[in-house]
Amino acid sequence: MKILVCVSKTPDTTAKISFSSDGSAFNSAGVQFIMNPYDEWYALVRALELTEADGGTVTIINVGPADNDQIIRKGLAIGANDAVRVNAEPQSAMFIAKQIADYARAQNFDIIFTGKESIDYNASEVGAMIAEYLDVPFVSYGNKLEMSGNTATISRDVEGGSEVVEVATPFVVSASKGMAEQRIPNMRGIMMAKTKPLTVVEPTGFDDLAVAVHYQLPPEKGGVKLVDPENMEELVRLLHEDAKVI
Amino acid sequence: MVLVFAESPKGKFKKIALEAVTYGKKTAEALGTSCVALTVGNNVENAGQLGVYGASKVYNINDASLNTLDSQVLTKVIAEAAAQLGAKIIILSHTSTGKSLLGRLAVRLNAGSVPGVNALPDLSGGFKVKKSVYSGKAVATFQIKSDIKVLSLMGNAIRPDASGSAVSVENLSVNVPAAKVTVKEIKTVEGTVPLPEAEIVVSAGRGMKGPENWGIIEELADVLGATTACSRPVADAGWRPHHEHVGQTGIAIRPNLYIAVGISGAIQHLAGVNNSKTIVVINKDPEAPFFKAADYGVVGDAFEVVPRLTAALKQFKAG
Ligand SMILES: Cc1cc2nc3c(=O)[nH]c(=O)nc-3n(C[C@H](O)[C@H](O)[C@H](O)COP(=O)(O)OP(=O)(O)OC[C@H]3O[C@@H](n4cnc5c(N)ncnc54)[C@H](O)[C@@H]3O)c2cc1C
Ligand SMILES: Nc1ncnc2c1ncn2[C@@H]1O[C@H](COP(=O)(O)O)[C@@H](O)[C@H]1O
Repeated sequence: MKILVCVSKTPDTTAKISFSSDGSAFNSAGVQFIMNPYDEWYALVRALELTEADGGTVTIINVGPADNDQIIRKGLAIGANDAVRVNAEPQSAMFIAKQIADYARAQNFDIIFTGKESIDYNASEVGAMIAEYLDVPFVSYGNKLEMSGNTATISRDVEGGSEVVEVATPFVVSASKGMAEQRIPNMRGIMMAKTKPLTVVEPTGFDDLAVAVHYQLPPEKGGVKLVDPENMEELVRLLHEDAKVI
Repeated sequence: MVLVFAESPKGKFKKIALEAVTYGKKTAEALGTSCVALTVGNNVENAGQLGVYGASKVYNINDASLNTLDSQVLTKVIAEAAAQLGAKIIILSHTSTGKSLLGRLAVRLNAGSVPGVNALPDLSGGFKVKKSVYSGKAVATFQIKSDIKVLSLMGNAIRPDASGSAVSVENLSVNVPAAKVTVKEIKTVEGTVPLPEAEIVVSAGRGMKGPENWGIIEELADVLGATTACSRPVADAGWRPHHEHVGQTGIAIRPNLYIAVGISGAIQHLAGVNNSKTIVVINKDPEAPFFKAADYGVVGDAFEVVPRLTAALKQFKAG
């Protein structure tokens, strides 16, 4: 089994988000960056489990600048065999997907994993786009994946429950919670990661079609109005008359 | 022309499909063009009612294989329909189906796409739409530069406007390729409104002490017609099903009313719920961080406050 895992870099989940004063750019000062949790905890670990059981290789790919090598090395320390970085500062999901598809096309991967979404753009777009560039099936929000020969049985999150589907390789799948359990890299893994191949390739040309041009923080809440716990009739009145939500 | 793909799971439209049609109509009006709706499957009930919400015409692709939706097949089908009709803007719902379609359609049509938009486009300088980013901690404005554009609309972002009237439904014939993904089993809870579409959500956390105590949460949800949700540790412990988990690593929601009981309000939890219109927090700890994000707060023991609130609501509904 030959598997590609797409990993992205995102601000830590507890990071305080702010922007330049004109709202044109993310302010990264003091922000700790991590590997996108869906990519690290679920996609990468399930890919490793599959190759540990049946043989094969796991390659990780990131589209990003040289700073991202730190995150890529962490993926290698967790257990991926090798890594590719497409050397670019991506401006759109389609740019990222095109770079990954251009790399993957000649490599004949059986499975391409992405995370459910990146926790910065919350787009859930890249996986679907890679699948379309390669014209292969896409199964989103997988919470369980079992292989039997070249057929996968995948349980996926849908509104109000889940759905079980079957699909043959090659395909793209996005991983959500439940797919695997987080692995912490050990010392040996960290040492070995230093010697594993990390290939840097240059991007292929692309004109972005949709780009973020401005950011702002959501409006502040006006402050909490406390209601006497003995007087829930008052809360009902406020929800009906002031908030008008019941 | 604006083309709205109206999902009809099991043949029926949910509120989110009607919202998408209204969004399509308002966008079309602003651009001085028309809005049509597309439905697929051989079991669509009363497709003409989409006219009530703003479609000037409804096209149906009457093919039983489209009753379950595969993104690879549906992308080809919608792209061909859009080409036949000359549609320039395609609007989807931001559901699990819509999300897996959006990126594919964008690539196929060489279109700029924005997922989960939450307001009508700003046409003052090009075509700009807003979406929530950084898990609800910020809002980004995206500019779409391409001729064809694809958007998915976040649930509860606009109200369905029922001021139109039913329209005729025409069959559209397009080539429907065979799906490579087969659905083996569907395990969804019947009868409740899915979380992303719910207007009222009652959510509870570790403060409930154990799954056996959820009765009072369900009673409160019942009297409000609300959908239930929970914090992550509650789902992790198996007290509640995973599909109820809201937050940064769960589902992001934006109901009109979110009632949080025994939830501390960690930043990762807030990330999924802070777009709610009104937030009520019930917690026995006055220092719980959730109070900072709340509109109304009740400092008290959930086991006393929640039954009292349920009783007060019953009285309100009765009177
Ligand atoms: C990467 C990452 C992602 C995460 N993603 C999510 C996510 O998506 N969603 C999520 O929810 N969490 C998420 N978390 C976990 C989050 O950090 C918190 O640990 C979690 O939200 C806490 O859940 P809780 O509020 O139910 O429990 P606790 O923090 O234990 O809070 C329980 C609350 O109940 C109150 N309480 C106790 N007894 C009573 C009573 N009798 N009456 C009233 N109140 C009472 C307490 O005062 C307390 O405030 C994530 C964490 C990480 C690190
Ligand atoms: N810059 C990137 N490089 C590699 N993979 C990425 C990148 N950005 C996003 N992805 C992958 O695409 C998934 C979905 O991202 P998004 O569409 O931004 O929500 C992520 O979980 C990653 O697996």
